[in-house]
Amino acid sequence: MSADNQEVRELAQKEYEHGFVTDIQADTLPPGLDEDVIRAISAKKNEPQWMLEWRLDAYEKWLKMTPPQWPHLRIQPIDYQAISYYSAPRQGDGPKSLDEVDPKLLETYNKLGIPLEEQKMLAGVTDMAVDAVFDSVSVKTTFTRQLEEAGVIFCSISEAMHKHPALVQQYLGTVVPKTDNYYAALNCAVFTDGSFVYIPKGTRCPMELSTYFRINAQNTGQFERTLIIADEGSHVSYLEGCTAPIRDENQLHAAVVELVAMENAEIKYSTVQNWYPGDETGKGGIYNFVTKRAECRGDHSRVSWTQVETGSSITWKYPSCVLKGDNSVGEFYSVALSSLAQQADTGTKMIHLGRNTSSTIVSKGISAMKGQNAYRGLVQVNKNAENARNYTQCDSLLLGDTCGAHTFPYMEVKNPTARVEHEATTSRIGEDQLFYCRQRGISEEDAVSMIVNGFCKEVFRELPMEFAVEAQKLLSVSLEGAVG
Amino acid sequence: MNNIIEHYRGEHAATKDRLPGAGLDWLDTSRDAALTIFGEKGFPARGMEDWKYTNVRPIEKRPFRLARETASDAAIDTRLCGDMACHRIVFVDGRYSRHLSEPGNPSAPITVKDLHTALLEDADTLEAHLGKIADVSRNGFSALNMALMNDGACISIADNAVPERPIHLMFLSSGKEEITSQTRILVMAGAGSQATIIESYHSATGNVYFNNITTEIRVAADASVEHYKLQHESNKAFHIATLHVEQARDSTFTSFSVSMGAQLARNDINIWMNDEGANCDLYGLYMADGRQHTDFHTRIDHASPHCNSREIYKGILDGHARAVFNGQVHIHPDAQKSAAEQTNNNLLLSRNAEVDTKPQLEIHADDVTASHGATIGQLDDNMIFYLRSRGLDYHTAHALLVYGFAHDIVEKMTIEPLRHHLQATLAGRIPGLDRPHELASGG
Repeated sequence: MSADNQEVRELAQKEYEHGFVTDIQADTLPPGLDEDVIRAISAKKNEPQWMLEWRLDAYEKWLKMTPPQWPHLRIQPIDYQAISYYSAPRQGDGPKSLDEVDPKLLETYNKLGIPLEEQKMLAGVTDMAVDAVFDSVSVKTTFTRQLEEAGVIFCSISEAMHKHPALVQQYLGTVVPKTDNYYAALNCAVFTDGSFVYIPKGTRCPMELSTYFRINAQNTGQFERTLIIADEGSHVSYLEGCTAPIRDENQLHAAVVELVAMENAEIKYSTVQNWYPGDETGKGGIYNFVTKRAECRGDHSRVSWTQVETGSSITWKYPSCVLKGDNSVGEFYSVALSSLAQQADTGTKMIHLGRNTSSTIVSKGISAMKGQNAYRGLVQVNKNAENARNYTQCDSLLLGDTCGAHTFPYMEVKNPTARVEHEATTSRIGEDQLFYCRQRGISEEDAVSMIVNGFCKEVFRELPMEFAVEAQKLLSVSLEGAVG
Repeated sequence: MNNIIEHYRGEHAATKDRLPGAGLDWLDTSRDAALTIFGEKGFPARGMEDWKYTNVRPIEKRPFRLARETASDAAIDTRLCGDMACHRIVFVDGRYSRHLSEPGNPSAPITVKDLHTALLEDADTLEAHLGKIADVSRNGFSALNMALMNDGACISIADNAVPERPIHLMFLSSGKEEITSQTRILVMAGAGSQATIIESYHSATGNVYFNNITTEIRVAADASVEHYKLQHESNKAFHIATLHVEQARDSTFTSFSVSMGAQLARNDINIWMNDEGANCDLYGLYMADGRQHTDFHTRIDHASPHCNSREIYKGILDGHARAVFNGQVHIHPDAQKSAAEQTNNNLLLSRNAEVDTKPQLEIHADDVTASHGATIGQLDDNMIFYLRSRGLDYHTAHALLVYGFAHDIVEKMTIEPLRHHLQATLAGRIPGLDRPHELASGG
């Protein structure tokens, strides 16, 4: 026992693996938030007038809103005037090829293990395009041509605003309205960049699309905005992964992700989130307050969310599906780990509106050390949603006696043909399981890692291969020695 | 809102000299404090998480009054459950009715008293126990009950006593006018004792009235208490009830709660397992039809290690009815070796019925097993097919399956006359079912 505690302590003191700051000059607005800041952001991005008005409207609404109090989280009050709302790496006129990209930036990606050069070279092997988001401005977009040939639009949202204004205007804010919640409203007012994807009718996106987020400049809240539209009969798989350098002050990340799936379209959205979790007292670390929602607008459409959340000091995130189209399908697979003093309040909402809609929720929560992990989910079957089907399973694993696991599943059913099932279990790693492994010569740490990976298997197998590997690695690193 | 607060302040002022225990300083102080809390809180609003699905505005709109005198001629058959031998205490419109009650000479080691008598005879004991488990500031209803409690019962069971007969508290509503009763029940089960307590609520007519009940049960070490609650209020009544239980070491508490009547029924059940080895089982059955609204909020606190809890709640919804179930299990830090199980199953029989369920776990210790499951759905077509292939028509098959669904809870009851009474009630409520047991046994 004491040996394990020693390990726990060592692990807690271990420096965050991805904790480094890239020292490049950033073009940053001074901290503070008012209408002028929003005008400045809009001007810097050269945005059309309607966009500025949209932002100002959101800002006005945000001022009248209050942060949600219902999550099972303890959040230090956030000083929104102490945050700088715009930070762009200084780039001159923008690089025309990889050679022109700031070498320090490229180095950052190298440290993260996803070098752009390699991406380029390995293109044929991994079939991945990276719209790398360094702080707030998209630095490099690769594989554009290949995607162009397929008719797929994959670019930063500011670029899309210039090149495809009609599409952006048509869809932006239609899934997550400006007043959806406090953080979403803030995002609408000040978002600086993000990704835009449009898959035309009947197209299967030729590669998996991927954005790597990275928070860099000190005191810069990151406000990403992602919009993905899959037109009739199309298919796309989108990967999102995040890491961030060590910080003393809490950093706010309030992103909004909107997905629209038309008839027969399918969107698969995968996230691996490994932001700085703060130290063992909860100091530092990222506040991850994200609004993610998908709308299955057309019949037979399908949206699948898969997330592996291991980082951030506070996670507040509910990727949801609005199942409007008949026979549409929503899925949510999640692994959330809270160790150290991390807090997570995460889950999903499945809103059944169309007929024969079905949804599956598999949530695996792991709590270790002083981590607090809450699953909060809503399954709502509305009056006209004939034959709706939901299956929910949420399991929690507790490692250590100071952590907590909580479940708050809401089920609201207004149609008698619905079948809604919810199951939840909470347990720790059995001593017999550990004994079995150790008896066979497997060290305790490997055994724990094996058991935890087994616990999460149902979720990992939904991830694309590259992510599945990264996720398993992340989990075992985060859990080393965290068992007592 | 302010009007209704003023109204109940007026009720307090008008009746305070005649309320049980009037003149006892400690009680008057508690009542005044509770009235202040009620003034601040008012009735719960929809914005509160615990009242998200339940709207109590209809209670707020009506100025219910406390019954000023004991009605003597309630035309109600008090022989519920046939000739069950029990200590029966009857209340009419919330007031103790001496001539309807058949206390059956409960002598030491058990005492059963109405609140007036108890406060006259055992004021010191009551000062130490009354309102000590129930939290008066929990919400407006708790505060109102403390401020206005106009009658109730006080049951005390001596150490190691095992009363032969159950204690039956029967609450009847004469349905004369818009009456409210603010009932308080206090049960103290001594160490090693065993007791069975039945609370039942009935109405003579279909009138509007408002029952607000707070029950406090203290289960001492090694004691075992079975608590039954049958709610057959009129379909226009409002029924708000809170049950608080505190369990000591190695004690056992079993609760059966059946909710069938009332236009709005809300039951809060709070179990606090204070010491090691405590065990509790909660069973519930709710049936609602028409525009009925039924709401169960249960909360089990595993405050100590080595405690077990089990909870099974079943609901059948028809018409435009709506049911709410919220089951919380809290496992406190260091409450190791806790085991908690919870199940909630709901049957939706009509297009317009609605169920909102939220099983909730909060766990702060690691060496525990906790699970919950919830389902909402309709009858399995395969089961209906099975019965039809054996010659039953659709309606009978359907009725039999609904009956079987509910009977899971009823069959766990240990008091036979009560079980038969509920079987008959169920058969009466499920159309197309005359003698379910004969059918089920192949008759």
